[in-house]
Amino acid sequence: MRRYLLRKLLIYILTFFIAATLDWVLPRLVPGNPIQQLLAKIELQPGTYNATYKLYMHSFGFDRPWWDQYLSFWKALFHGNLGISIYDFPKPVTSVIADYVLFTLALLIPAILLAYYAGNKVGAMAARRKSLDNTVLPVGYLLTATAYPWLALLLAFLLAAGGIGHFFPISGGFAYGLLPNWDWAFVWSLMTHWFLPFLTLFLVAFGGWAIGMRNLIIYELESDYTHYLEALGAPSRLVRKYAYRNAMLPQLTGLALQLGVIVGGAIVTEVTFAYPGLGYLIFQAVGNDDYFLLQGIFLFIIVGVLAANFIVDIVYVIVDPRTRVGISGA
Amino acid sequence: MGLKVDQLRICYRTLRGDVTAVDDVTFDIADGEIMGLAGESGCGKSTLGNSLIRMDVRMRQLGGRVELDGAELPISDARAMRDYRFKVVSIIPQYAMSALNPTRRVGKMVSELLRSRGFDYKSALPEFERRVKLVGLDADILKRYPIELSGGMKQRVVMIVSTLLNPSLLIADEITSALDVSTQRAVGEMLLEFRDRNFVKTTMVITHDLSILAQVADTILIMYAGKLAEKARTDVVIGSPLHPYTQLLISSLPEVGVRHDEHTLVGIPGRPPPLLNPPSGCRFRDRCPFAFDRCAADPPFVEVQPGHSVACWLHADGVSPAGGAEQC
Amino acid sequence: MTVLGTDEATADRGAPVAGAGAGAPKRRRFEFLYFALRNKKLIIGLSVVLLFVLFAIFGPLFVQHPLTAYGPPRHTPSGTYYFGTDYFGLDVFTQFVYGLRESLFVGLIGGCGATVIGMTLGFISGYKGGLIDEGLNVLCNVELTIPGLVLLILIAGFLHHTSPLIEGLLIACTTWTWSMRAIRAQTFSLVSRDFVGLARLSGEKSRSIIVREIAPNMSSYLFLVFILLFGGSILVAASFDFLGLGPAGGMSLGIMMMNAADWSALPLHTWWWFVPPGAAITCVVGGLYLANVGLDEVFNPKLREL
Ligand SMILES: Nc1ncnc2c1ncn2[C@@H]1O[C@H](COP(=O)(O)OP(=O)(O)O)[C@@H](O)[C@H]1O
Ligand code: SF4
Ligand SMILES: [Mg+2]
Repeated sequence: MRRYLLRKLLIYILTFFIAATLDWVLPRLVPGNPIQQLLAKIELQPGTYNATYKLYMHSFGFDRPWWDQYLSFWKALFHGNLGISIYDFPKPVTSVIADYVLFTLALLIPAILLAYYAGNKVGAMAARRKSLDNTVLPVGYLLTATAYPWLALLLAFLLAAGGIGHFFPISGGFAYGLLPNWDWAFVWSLMTHWFLPFLTLFLVAFGGWAIGMRNLIIYELESDYTHYLEALGAPSRLVRKYAYRNAMLPQLTGLALQLGVIVGGAIVTEVTFAYPGLGYLIFQAVGNDDYFLLQGIFLFIIVGVLAANFIVDIVYVIVDPRTRVGISGA
Repeated sequence: MGLKVDQLRICYRTLRGDVTAVDDVTFDIADGEIMGLAGESGCGKSTLGNSLIRMDVRMRQLGGRVELDGAELPISDARAMRDYRFKVVSIIPQYAMSALNPTRRVGKMVSELLRSRGFDYKSALPEFERRVKLVGLDADILKRYPIELSGGMKQRVVMIVSTLLNPSLLIADEITSALDVSTQRAVGEMLLEFRDRNFVKTTMVITHDLSILAQVADTILIMYAGKLAEKARTDVVIGSPLHPYTQLLISSLPEVGVRHDEHTLVGIPGRPPPLLNPPSGCRFRDRCPFAFDRCAADPPFVEVQPGHSVACWLHADGVSPAGGAEQC
Repeated sequence: MTVLGTDEATADRGAPVAGAGAGAPKRRRFEFLYFALRNKKLIIGLSVVLLFVLFAIFGPLFVQHPLTAYGPPRHTPSGTYYFGTDYFGLDVFTQFVYGLRESLFVGLIGGCGATVIGMTLGFISGYKGGLIDEGLNVLCNVELTIPGLVLLILIAGFLHHTSPLIEGLLIACTTWTWSMRAIRAQTFSLVSRDFVGLARLSGEKSRSIIVREIAPNMSSYLFLVFILLFGGSILVAASFDFLGLGPAGGMSLGIMMMNAADWSALPLHTWWWFVPPGAAITCVVGGLYLANVGLDEVFNPKLREL
C-alpha cells in the first residue's frame, strides 16, 4: 500500500514539475515576447517605449540568462509569488486567484460528487431493470455527447432568459449591488446564481457515470465469479452486491481520469454564466494577455487536480483491498 | 439411485439459429460412481455439465429429462433449480482460476455465500478448515485474496468450496487443464478421496484429457459433436474400444512410460462438423476410416454388451438404418 | 498431457458459432458483415454520422446566402433563411454548413492524430516493456493528470494564431493518453497470450505473427478507439472555439455558439443561432458513441444481445 501511494506521489511531483516548466517555457517560445505584446496594448507617450520596455524586461527578469530566469522562477514559486496581475493591476496574482477560487470549488465539488453518486446509483439500477435501461442508456449517451457550452446556453435560455421562464439569474456569482456578507438575501442570491452552472456540470458528468456503471455492472454480471456464485445458488442480492462493489473500482479510476474533463467543462460553464470562478478568470486572463495570471491559474489548477487525484488514490486504497496486501490493483 | 439423463437436448440460441450442443444424450451414473466425460473441445461437454446445474441465458432445453436420486431435476426452471444448487448439485467450473471474487478474502466470500443460502458459517467453519488441510492447504488461505493464491491453490479452494455441503452430484469441469502434471495427479487423487469420504455421491468428470480419466474414472462416456459415441467401463474404453473415434483417440495416447512428443500434437486429422445445421448421418463420417454407405443415416446408441454402448453402424447388428432414432 | 483439441482455450472463450474459425480471414470478414448489418446501434449511429458528413460535403450546394451577405437582422427561421439570421442579419444556415465542415475537420484531425500518437506509443510501450514502458507510462500519467482544455488554453493564450489544422493537432496532443492506455493494455494481453504461445508452438517468426495475428486483432480495436477520440475531439474543439481560442476569422459550430452568447442571443431570444450548432454536435458525437457500442458488440461476440 505504501509503495502504491508513494509511486503515485512521485508521479504527481513529476507532473507538477513538468507543468511548472511548461508554464515557464511556453511564454518564451512564442514569437515576440509577452512584454512587447503587453506594451502594444498600452498607449505610451511617444519616445518612452524603449525605456518602458527595458524597465519591464528588467523587472520581469527577461534580460538575464535562461537558467538564471528558470531558477528564480522556482524560487519565486516556493515563496508563493506568482507575479503581478495586469487584468487586476496591481494586485498579486495569488490574491486575485484567492478571490475567485471559492466559487469554483463551490461549483466543482458538489457537481463532481453528486453526479458521481447519482450516476452510479442510476447506472446500477439500469443494469437491473430493462425498462429503466431503455431510457437511461440513450439519455446517458446524449448527455455525454453534449458540448458543455451548448447545454449551458440551452439551460440559460430556457430557465433564465425566459425560454420557459425567468427562474434563475442569467449571469454572475451573486446579485449586482449586494455586498458579500452572510445574510439570507446574499446566501439566497449565491444559491440561485450557482444553480444553473452546477446543473450544467452535473448533467453531463451524470450521463457519463450512469453509462459507465451500467456497462461495468453488466460486464461484472457476465464474469466468471458471478457465474460461479449463481451456480452455487447465491441469491441475486449477493450477486449484485459483488458486481456493484467490483464495478466501483474502475469507476473510481475513471473519476481520477475524468477530473480534467470536468475542470475543462467548468471553465466553459463559468464563462457562459459569467460565474466568477477560476474558469472565468482564466478566460479574462487570456483575453487581457495577462500572462502572469494565466500562468498562475494554470499552476493553481494543476495543484488542485493533483490534490484531488491523491484523494481519489487514498479512497481507492481503502475500497480496493488488494492494494493493501501489496499487490497493486489498477 | 444416482443420476439418470434421458434423451437430453440442449441448444444455444444465437443470431444465426440454434446451436444444438447436446443432442439426444442418454446415460446414467450410479451412486458412488465417478464417470468421465471426454471428447474434443467444442463437442458439448461443458454444455452438458452446466445444463445440469445452471443454464446460461442463451441455453434452452429442447427435450429430455433428468432424474437425480429418483426425483426429476427441473433443469430449465431457474427458480426451482436454485434450491438444488450447491446443496444437491454442485460444480467445479471450467474457469476455476477466475471463479473467486477477486476483491473478497476467500473466507469472507464463503461466509457470505453460506449465509445467503441459510447456513451458519461459524458452525461450518471447523469442517471447512478440516477439508482445507485435507487437500494440503494452510488454514490461513481463508484470509487471503484470490490473487495471492497460485493456480493449484485456487483449484483446490474451489474444489472444497463446491463440495462443502456434500452434494449428491458433482460436476468437475476440466479441473486439471490449467495445472502442471504433478498437481494434476494430486487433484485426481482428491476426487477419489472426496468420493471415498462421501463428500460427494455421484461425480461427473469432464475433460479433454483422457489420461486423467484413466486415473480416476469408473466409467467413461465419449462425446462427439454433441452426440454420444461410446460408453463403457474405463478399462474397456481404454483397452478395447469399439467406436472408431474412441479407437483413434486411444491410439493417439502416449504409451505409459514412453514419451511420444510428436504424437501428442497430431491428434486426428480433420475437424468435427459445425453444430449449427449439422450434416445428417454419422457425424464422424468425414473423418472415419471405416465409413460406409450405412453411415449416411444416424447410427443409434445401442448397448452391444452389458454396460457397453456404442453409436456406430459397425456395431449395430440387427438395427435397420430406418429404425435409428430420427432426430432434429 | 494428451490434448484432444489444441484450441481448448479459444473454443471455450465463447466462439459465437460452432465450428467457426476454420477458414479464418474470409469467414471472419463475412461474419463481421453479417453481424454488422444486423446491429441496430451500429446502423443508426453510422447513419446519423454519415448524414452529417454528407451534409458537410454537399451542404454548400444548398446555401442561398453567402457568408457575408447581410439581410434582415434576427430574422426567424423561414423559407428563405432556413435557420434564420443572426444579430447582424447573416444567414445562420450558411454559417452552420461551413461551421459543420470545420468542426468535423478539426475533430477528424484530432481523432486521427491522437490515435496515431497513442497507437505508436502504446504499441511500443506494450511490446517492449521494461524501462521504455515505465518511462512512457509515467509520461502518459503526467499528461493524463493535466486537464487537457486548461493546457490548451495556456498554449493558445500564448500562441495567438491557430488554424483548423493546428487546432486539431493541439487537441490530438492533449487527448492521445486515452488511446495509449487502451492500446498498451491490449498489446500486453495479446503479447502475453496468443503471440508468445503460438510463436513457441509453431516456431514461427515473431514479426510475421505480429502482422498476421496481432494487427488484425488490433485494427478492430483501434477503430473503436478512433471513433471515441473523433467524438471527443469534436467536443473539445467546441469548448475551445467557444472560448474564442479557435482559428481567427474561421467559422465553426463552437464559434457560432460563442457569437450567439456574445451578441445577446439569450436575452433577445435568438435561439435559432445557438440551437442548431450544439444539436449537430450532440447528434454527431452521440452517433459516433452509439456506433462504437454497436461495433464493440459486432467485434466482441460476448456482448451480443439476442
Ligand atoms: N454461449 C454460446 N453461444 C453459442 N454457442 C456456444 C456458446 N457456448 C458454447 N457454444 C458452442 O457449443 C459447443 C459446445 O461448447 P462446450 O460445451 O463449451 O464444449 P466443450 O466443453 O466440450 O469444449 C461449441 O461448439 C461452442 O461453439
Ligand atoms: S457409423 Fe460409420 S462413419 Fe460413423 S463411426 Fe461408425 S463406421 Fe465411422
Ligand atoms: Mg468445456
